[in-house]
Amino acid sequence: MSVLADDLIDLAATRKSRGYWGNVGRRLLRDPVSMICAAILLLIALAAVFAPYLGLADPYLGSMIRRLRPIGTAGYPLGTDELGRDMLTRLVHGGRLSLLIGLLPVVFAFFIGTTLGIIAGYLGGVVNQLIMRTVDVFYAFPSVLLAIAISGALGGGLLNSLLSLTIVFIPPIVRVAESVTTGVRSLDFVDAARASGAGALTIMRVHILGNVLGPIFVYATSLISVCMILAAGLSFLGLGTKPPEPEWGLMLNTLRTAIYVNPWVAALPGVMIFTVSICFNLLSDGMRSAMDVRN
Amino acid sequence: MLAFILKRLLLVLPVVLAVSLVCFLLVYIAPGDPLISVLPPDASAELAEQMRRAYGFDRPLPVQFGIWLWKALHGDLGTSIATGRAVADEVARAVGNTLRLAAVASVLGFSFGLLFGFLAGYFRDTWVDRLVTTISIAGVSTPHYWLGMVLVIIFSVQLGWLPAVGAGPGGWAWDWEHLQFLILPAITMSVIPMGIVTRTVRALVGDILSQEFVLALRAKGLGEGRVFAHVAKNATPTAVAVMGLQLGYLLGGSILIETVFSWPGTGFLLNAAIFQRDLPLLQGTILVLALFFVFLNLMVDVLQAAIDPRIKRS
Repeated sequence: MSVLADDLIDLAATRKSRGYWGNVGRRLLRDPVSMICAAILLLIALAAVFAPYLGLADPYLGSMIRRLRPIGTAGYPLGTDELGRDMLTRLVHGGRLSLLIGLLPVVFAFFIGTTLGIIAGYLGGVVNQLIMRTVDVFYAFPSVLLAIAISGALGGGLLNSLLSLTIVFIPPIVRVAESVTTGVRSLDFVDAARASGAGALTIMRVHILGNVLGPIFVYATSLISVCMILAAGLSFLGLGTKPPEPEWGLMLNTLRTAIYVNPWVAALPGVMIFTVSICFNLLSDGMRSAMDVRN
Repeated sequence: MLAFILKRLLLVLPVVLAVSLVCFLLVYIAPGDPLISVLPPDASAELAEQMRRAYGFDRPLPVQFGIWLWKALHGDLGTSIATGRAVADEVARAVGNTLRLAAVASVLGFSFGLLFGFLAGYFRDTWVDRLVTTISIAGVSTPHYWLGMVLVIIFSVQLGWLPAVGAGPGGWAWDWEHLQFLILPAITMSVIPMGIVTRTVRALVGDILSQEFVLALRAKGLGEGRVFAHVAKNATPTAVAVMGLQLGYLLGGSILIETVFSWPGTGFLLNAAIFQRDLPLLQGTILVLALFFVFLNLMVDVLQAAIDPRIKRS
């Protein structure tokens, strides 16, 4: 008897599957491109978070006699900006706001959009029409134009640019969430849950959410790169962060006048935006193919 | 076909109405009194009230929307607060410049995108595919306003080959004197659509090539050229849809590039409107651009139905 029990336990242990997400994670770990991108992003993010403790120069401290030093100047490895502030420390500190305004709108839009999309997809009927037709209206605007229109009307500033970007990214997430939910809704286990007396809220929260979250999440990650570029773009136009705050888009804007004096220093903040954006893009692509069961 | 077009037109009407409503409401989400910029700072309450009535701000919101819409339908988009000129005239003058830039940029972006996409789809999983995929990912990840700056640094500051800002002296003409101003902004603008068209066409061609009918075509002894014609024909409707959408994004997203190159188009106008708090100008420019986008989407639908009869039937 006890031998049988031991056997059963052994069997259970060896058969213990890693599960879907475990497999996805393992496949992602074996993809060198995704891992390199993740490492670069982690490095930039950690540097940004711990920027005040890295022993770098003061990002706000300028010097009128040391303006626009070229890259490689002694004491200023990446040169200085138009007010004589050290570029290296400003680029590292700039990551704090730049990453935040590039990520937060997608995170907010992910929560709001998923909720609305699941409601629209599961309830259907009038609710679906109401939500989806409203979403259609926002689709009638090019996304950059919509973001600029809203933050332009609201009058710029960090919070307004976050708000406008969130509004821009909700509609596409709602569309994806709605279509995935519609696909899951008619499956047998949802019928079974309904037959056993589960309410709409319980079904959506317990049975639908777990099955639609994956695809919506991967779609949302593909938006981060766009959001990075757009958020920095709003700052570049003067609609986001206000000086003297270090932020890559704004730095690009204020250094624009310096391209005749010290061109390559002026281009540096864009290199950061580009790096972060391409890493998020490649990581999102890697995640999508890791989640693709057909592979 | 006519029935299809009419049906689509009918469906577009509520969208146009909703877009107008959003543009109309832009002025109302703006903080502060909409009259603040026209009134002198020491205006009496009486004068303020008088102005409010003159501008119709004392009416209920739906009535104001109705009046605004009625005027907009007749080509009256209000008066610019900063310049005192009619908004419709200002937008009309700028729109030509933006369209010219977007047209050249889309020709560039679409032709390279189609070329790269077909190459990568045809030579799937070879070095050609990997090279093209890298280029397209870099293209969609580039902050285009930064690319514009880099191009100015290389070709204007360092090499001195091309002018950095503006659109040339006087009105537009298709000669080198003016064209040299167009080159850098057009290249900058074409990078993102190039990347997106490449990605789409690559996936599309890969999918089509793996279908059985391609095998059948090859089995009956058709040359690669003829097979390619079949693949291209099948890829056209989706490719057209993506390109139409991208053209719309170009028009709407041109503000960043126009700012970098001081290109006197709608984006430049928008920028001025935002920083002078010129709300009627902001509202009018965005309305015109959004309606362009709606119109483009409609054209894409009709074009797709014309190319692919299956769409019309569904």
